[in-house]
Amino acid sequence: MIGLNNILIFDLLTYGLTSLGLLFFLAGTVGIQRFPNTHSRLHALTKADNLGLGLIVLGLIFQADGWVTVAKLILIWILALLAAGISSQLVARVALPDAVRLKGNEIRERHPSKKTTRHD
Amino acid sequence: MKSESVTQAKKQPDMIEPLFDLILSALILATALAAVTGRQVFRSVIFFIVYGVLIAMAWLRLGALDVALVEAAIGAGLTGVLLLGALGRLKHLGQISATSLSIWFRVAMAFSAAGVSLGISWAFITLPEPVGLQAAVNTQLTIAGVENPVTAVLLNFRAWDTLLESVVLLVALIGVWSLAQNEDWGMRAGLTTHSPSDEVLTSFAQILPPVGLLVGVYLVWAGSSQPGGAFQGGTVLAAMALLIVMAGLMAPPRVGSTAVRLIVVLGPAVFLAVALTGALSGQFLTLPPAMAKALILGIELFLMLSIAATLMLLVLGPPESKAKQ
Amino acid sequence: MITSAMIFGLCGAAVIGIGLYGFVIHRNLLRRVLAFNVIGSGIFLLFGAMGYRSPILGADPVPQALIITGIVVALSATALAVALVVAYARATGQSTLPEDGAEHKTEDKADER
Repeated sequence: MIGLNNILIFDLLTYGLTSLGLLFFLAGTVGIQRFPNTHSRLHALTKADNLGLGLIVLGLIFQADGWVTVAKLILIWILALLAAGISSQLVARVALPDAVRLKGNEIRERHPSKKTTRHD
Repeated sequence: MKSESVTQAKKQPDMIEPLFDLILSALILATALAAVTGRQVFRSVIFFIVYGVLIAMAWLRLGALDVALVEAAIGAGLTGVLLLGALGRLKHLGQISATSLSIWFRVAMAFSAAGVSLGISWAFITLPEPVGLQAAVNTQLTIAGVENPVTAVLLNFRAWDTLLESVVLLVALIGVWSLAQNEDWGMRAGLTTHSPSDEVLTSFAQILPPVGLLVGVYLVWAGSSQPGGAFQGGTVLAAMALLIVMAGLMAPPRVGSTAVRLIVVLGPAVFLAVALTGALSGQFLTLPPAMAKALILGIELFLMLSIAATLMLLVLGPPESKAKQ
Repeated sequence: MITSAMIFGLCGAAVIGIGLYGFVIHRNLLRRVLAFNVIGSGIFLLFGAMGYRSPILGADPVPQALIITGIVVALSATALAVALVVAYARATGQSTLPEDGAEHKTEDKADER
């Protein structure tokens, strides 16, 4: 892949894949605006953004100037995937209603009078 | 490295780059406005973090990759964590009052701030033609010992600033520690809470820190020839340590322990020692060109450890036992 | 003449104005610390744009080094300021400074002495 930056097919692939990735990002952003509650918004956010980032990284791979750069791009995608997955899990757990919390494998009912305010 | 891809991109029309810059600037202004005028403090802090990441992209466009790394790590990441932690503590104490002022005062202040902005813009536009220091740095780069000009400036040409900066970090840490109550002195840093351990966060804190350790040390090592350096690497290490503490896998260190104090002081102390030995052979804080690279890497290694420890302790805050009723 | 440096320099100046507005408008101390950070990063953006004005020579590394130092020092100041705000809130129960002439009563822990 070294020195192949001027090949037309690679440029076209980059354009196509990054545009597709941007479309997924757009879909995720529209989902955040349109969905009613936190969990469905998280769903739209993580699914669309992870796949969108993957497509963008795939498009950029065709512009890379060596296998080391390809490896770095894939590592970036994996780290972003990990971080997005973990943080969406954590946000989803905090956003659960107060009556239900997941402890291990069981769902325990908490006393409904113990309310924590989440708005300022 | 970057200039080749720029010349290859010149087959695009020359309007793409200014258009991108304009859109990025508009986003920066919008997030800054949202951060400053958000109705809830939490929303303001989140927008501030996004604003920090956008500023890091602006640094990329200005050809400052080291600054982009520092801004993303410290400006957006650590400052955001700091503000969120403070927000949590203020809510814990039960006070998050926000009084509002009259609309006319706000309008008057908006006009004054706009006036300040316009004055600064006019001063910026009417600046004389640049006589930058690029040429001076480039001619001296061979005797600096490193190929990255920013690292050369930070640790060789303007090493005095970096030495004082590491001492400033230390002084800020002492200031933060001295805000602890009498009975908490010497205890574990940060607010001691007994939050239930989350399995997701725990597994994350077991997977990521080895990768983070590698990335942090690599950033310091690569900082001599590519963008990177002690501050960027040290911040990554501090973030990994904070992640481990937040997941509950490690108790926060005691601020009274000798090991903690030694690590925090080690970076500035080594830096000062190198500066004083330079004084014996010539001037204070000159690095002899033969040993410059080795000295710079040695200083950066100890500085990385100190910066990581100091930043982690700064974010954790003063030792604080559970608030009394 | 519309270069990157020009656009980001003007953006930095505007951000300084926004941060200044936020600093004056709010009474809540945490928001003021946030606005202070916005002002700081605007100043850095302006300074960095000044260092990139001649595209032939490339980026000037000396402002970049100074900006890196500035970002780290701004973080130290923010950490100290945040610790002070939390300590003040713990002592007085308020998160805003008192008006001129008035004083917030500190919750007296002296009777636990």
